[in-house]
Amino acid sequence: MNQTMVILIGGVLALLVLASGVGFVLSRRVDSEAGRATVENLNQRIKAWWVMIAVFAVAFLVGKTVTIVLFALTSFYSLREFLSLSPTRPEDHTSVVAAFYLFLPLQYWLIADEWQGLFAILIPVWAFLLLPLLAVLKGETEDFLHRTARIQWALMLTVYCISHAPALLILEIPGYSQNFFLLFFLIAVVQLSDVLQYVFGKLFGRHKVAPRVSPSKTVEGLVGGGFSAALVGTGLWWITPFSPWQAALMALAVVAAGFVGGLVLSAVKRSLGAKDWGTMIEGHGGALDRMDSVSFAAPVLYHLTNFYFGA
Amino acid sequence: MIGRILGAGLFALTRFLVGGHARWQGSAPDPSQRLYFANHASHLDTIILMACLPVSLRATTHPVAAADYWGTSALKRFIALKVLNAVLIERSGGPDPLAPLRDVLSRGHSLILFPEGTRRAEALPGPFKSGIYRLAKDFPEVELVPVYLSNLARAYPKGAILPAPISCSARFGAPIALLPEEERDAFLARAQAAVTGLAERSPA
Repeated sequence: MNQTMVILIGGVLALLVLASGVGFVLSRRVDSEAGRATVENLNQRIKAWWVMIAVFAVAFLVGKTVTIVLFALTSFYSLREFLSLSPTRPEDHTSVVAAFYLFLPLQYWLIADEWQGLFAILIPVWAFLLLPLLAVLKGETEDFLHRTARIQWALMLTVYCISHAPALLILEIPGYSQNFFLLFFLIAVVQLSDVLQYVFGKLFGRHKVAPRVSPSKTVEGLVGGGFSAALVGTGLWWITPFSPWQAALMALAVVAAGFVGGLVLSAVKRSLGAKDWGTMIEGHGGALDRMDSVSFAAPVLYHLTNFYFGA
Repeated sequence: MIGRILGAGLFALTRFLVGGHARWQGSAPDPSQRLYFANHASHLDTIILMACLPVSLRATTHPVAAADYWGTSALKRFIALKVLNAVLIERSGGPDPLAPLRDVLSRGHSLILFPEGTRRAEALPGPFKSGIYRLAKDFPEVELVPVYLSNLARAYPKGAILPAPISCSARFGAPIALLPEEERDAFLARAQAAVTGLAERSPA
């Protein structure tokens, strides 16, 4: 257990040092104006990665409760970014307050309490029904469906979906008890996929996948980055409950879901008239810009693992 | 002492919930004597503006608050006077409702004023009351700094019990000044436009 931890932390550190080194060399060698902006953004991103990884490493090392709280905070900031960009009206205030102060803490408390039954239905059933009730009591019918749907979407995506990542910790898998490593597997594959898609896209990107939705995503980036990340995921099979080929399939599923999440959230963001979700993480945008792929990949990994390997 | 601890807690909580960070777009947080004027949408407005100022300036900057609201109970009075360093005025009139504000400016201190006189649910400010004109006329050396507070009507609408965590910001614009021959209404419209102009520059 401890030795595995040392290897994983060492691996991540080596990766960060390598990235910072490459960023430094590039900053010395770049000479065009456009190139300078790209490299500057790259170095901001790498710096932010050091901070994000440090925060998550501390949470992982301290234990379950702190990790759950950290994800709850991530959901909080993501929900705040989502609702800040959504045009809400004063009549929506009660629903928004219920989303923040009732459903978000409750969802994460259910994980800490390992109450899986209610965890799975709290937001899709109870919040789904309660939020429109709170809105309808105000008697304002203008844009009612849009307004309600926006808040329901926000809660599903930023709280329900993201909460499936720490919920991996309470998944019962016969013969496997190192659930922290399953969470590590998810985060490592999703984030590496994002990073490698960016790197492959910058180096070889020619053909845009969805020019209107997300102009920076390219076929070359998707294929190169996606398969490299899946390969790393396969190489991590020994920390998961999966055999190598099962780990490969799981990693591919995570990569695919993460890509779709990035694409869908990019469309949502653009339909709300924004380029980034926020300004919290320098170089990256908002918290939700970093969590968009996780929000789709976490429920997929959670349910695939539960279905095929769960108790 | 209790006021300062409570203040630090209130600022931290507000920051956590709604952000409300300062964007100094046309002016910098200098120690020069100022009258900050902003649109008014919620009770968080004063807290956010005070939190945006460097700690060294908070002691000499006083938000203007309505006595008919903030003076009505011991707790509200304590928060207004001890925590937020406010100066209370009578909205209903009286011989010279601006007298407490003149006192503050005569001492060389700065003010935070909401010239609409009341909280509004709209994103853009409504017509300004004339107090700011009279103060600008009597204290020509004071810099008039427009501030636009974004999203606060959504984060904490009038009548709501709890504020919702929706990101807000405070945009500080370039100072304006009363022109030599300028009429009252023209100046008030220009001051209002200075705040509205900050609203249009960029989203939250």
